[in-house]
Amino acid sequence: MTTTQERALPAVPVAEAPPIERVHPSPGRGGLAAVASRSLPIVPIVGAVLVWHLLTRYDVIAWVRFDKIPGPLDVYHSLRVQLETAEFRQHVVSSLRRILSGFALASLVGVVVGIGIGRSKVVAALLRPLIEIARPIPAIALVPLAILLFPTSEQGIVFITFFAAVFPVTVATIHAMKTLPLVWMDAASTLGARRRQVLFHIVLPGAMPAIFSGLSVSMGVAWICVISAEMISGQFGVGYWTWMSYSLLDYSGVVAGMLTIGAMGFTTSWLIERLGRRVNRWLPGEAR
Amino acid sequence: MSSAAVATTDAGAPVDLDNIRIDYPDGPAAQIDLKVDPGEIVMLLGPSGCGKSTILRALAGLQPIAAGAARIDGLVHNGPEAHCAMVFQEDALLPWRTARRNVEFALAMRGVPRRERKQLALALLDQVGLTPFADHLPKQLSGGMRQRVQLARTLAAEPRVLLMDEPFGALDAQTRLDMQELLVSVWQQRRTTVLFVTHDVEEALLLADRVVVLTPRPARVARIVAVARPRDPDAQLHPEFALQGKEILALLGHGQFPSH
Repeated sequence: MTTTQERALPAVPVAEAPPIERVHPSPGRGGLAAVASRSLPIVPIVGAVLVWHLLTRYDVIAWVRFDKIPGPLDVYHSLRVQLETAEFRQHVVSSLRRILSGFALASLVGVVVGIGIGRSKVVAALLRPLIEIARPIPAIALVPLAILLFPTSEQGIVFITFFAAVFPVTVATIHAMKTLPLVWMDAASTLGARRRQVLFHIVLPGAMPAIFSGLSVSMGVAWICVISAEMISGQFGVGYWTWMSYSLLDYSGVVAGMLTIGAMGFTTSWLIERLGRRVNRWLPGEAR
Repeated sequence: MSSAAVATTDAGAPVDLDNIRIDYPDGPAAQIDLKVDPGEIVMLLGPSGCGKSTILRALAGLQPIAAGAARIDGLVHNGPEAHCAMVFQEDALLPWRTARRNVEFALAMRGVPRRERKQLALALLDQVGLTPFADHLPKQLSGGMRQRVQLARTLAAEPRVLLMDEPFGALDAQTRLDMQELLVSVWQQRRTTVLFVTHDVEEALLLADRVVVLTPRPARVARIVAVARPRDPDAQLHPEFALQGKEILALLGHGQFPSH
């Protein structure tokens, strides 16, 4: 064997060190700075609650009127009482179920349709105009139709959520198809990859960053629509419950409902964000 | 030479570019007639934008051949096939896969069973000197190391013709020398036919058996220079090296400084 040349080669290329992973300022360092940076998000929240408390405590009337608005303590009590009841938890569960079904369906359809449109001229010609016509219609305007169309309001609400959530994912996926570096596809096909393999090994993983940014937008609009739809036509759900509280003049309940929606929205967005980071940890901006 | 020990299936295939023409939408890109022997290293050299990369892309099946025929091992070649694998200048690695998983991708595409892939991938990475970096993502590797992974991945396809499109063009001089040595050592073990596009005259003379100098677009063969001492480490010390370099530069239109 001709190994002399091989031997001469260092096992590890010495001339080129791997790029050192960027050194991040470690959070444990500098006690005071760490405490400050950790408490930073708390400050405005505490401030907002304090202002809210003062405005409602003293029934401030200065063009906007705070005299009928419940204070943070009232809301806290209402929330505590509600969280104990099975009924309220049932409302939370049914909202979550609706949003997750609508969102899951929208993600699946959005990615498939987006890839189809982005990669096939025929599919694009077929579907693009239809999508562009349907897209500007606010999902909530479909409530009357949904009531007429679906046997139960449950299915109608899932449909509305789906309708709202599907477009951001679709558009993000279409866009991702156009920004994938061609060299990935070229490399794969010279290595013998077939169309299907290119789709699953190159296109899909390569499009994930864009798909996830579409998903987080979708999650936001999905919440708007599920809550609005519940307020209009639901028999369960946090949106319905919030609206009922208003009808029953339980204003603390209204705010408790709002905060519950906020917390659920925050949690789902956070989950998407976490998942996205995991899937896309190869991006240059993500530390390993 | 030791090449007798190499398995025949792995050894290079002859390439016959029988008067092929490749077109761009706005006109012809290249018109080439060239025969390459099995296991030969041929460098394509030409002014930038002349269409030299297009020739490789056509051989890789990424670009249609408008006229003529490209025969590899006597068989007319059309469409991407694994026995013509390509090393690209740009970052062609899949950034979400580690070095090892990038190589495994090529093995999977070749149909290597799943449980054999890891072992083979590690062996290939070892061959390009990257064993310690097998589990690094491309973003954690330097440019030269990424090109090593690309070379390992391309070798994983067991190509009989290795197409290299300015693979070291973006590297610094030191790293490029390392990579050239690596390529020669790999070639000595495998005797793959290599078609290599470069714009670096010195690189061409260091690596090639023959240097094909191309004309400006559409690329045609201007001259074929048989290198006096192919891959001789001391080649640069001999006057032929400088003379051939000057000859090639003259063909490319850089014969003299504008002294008048």
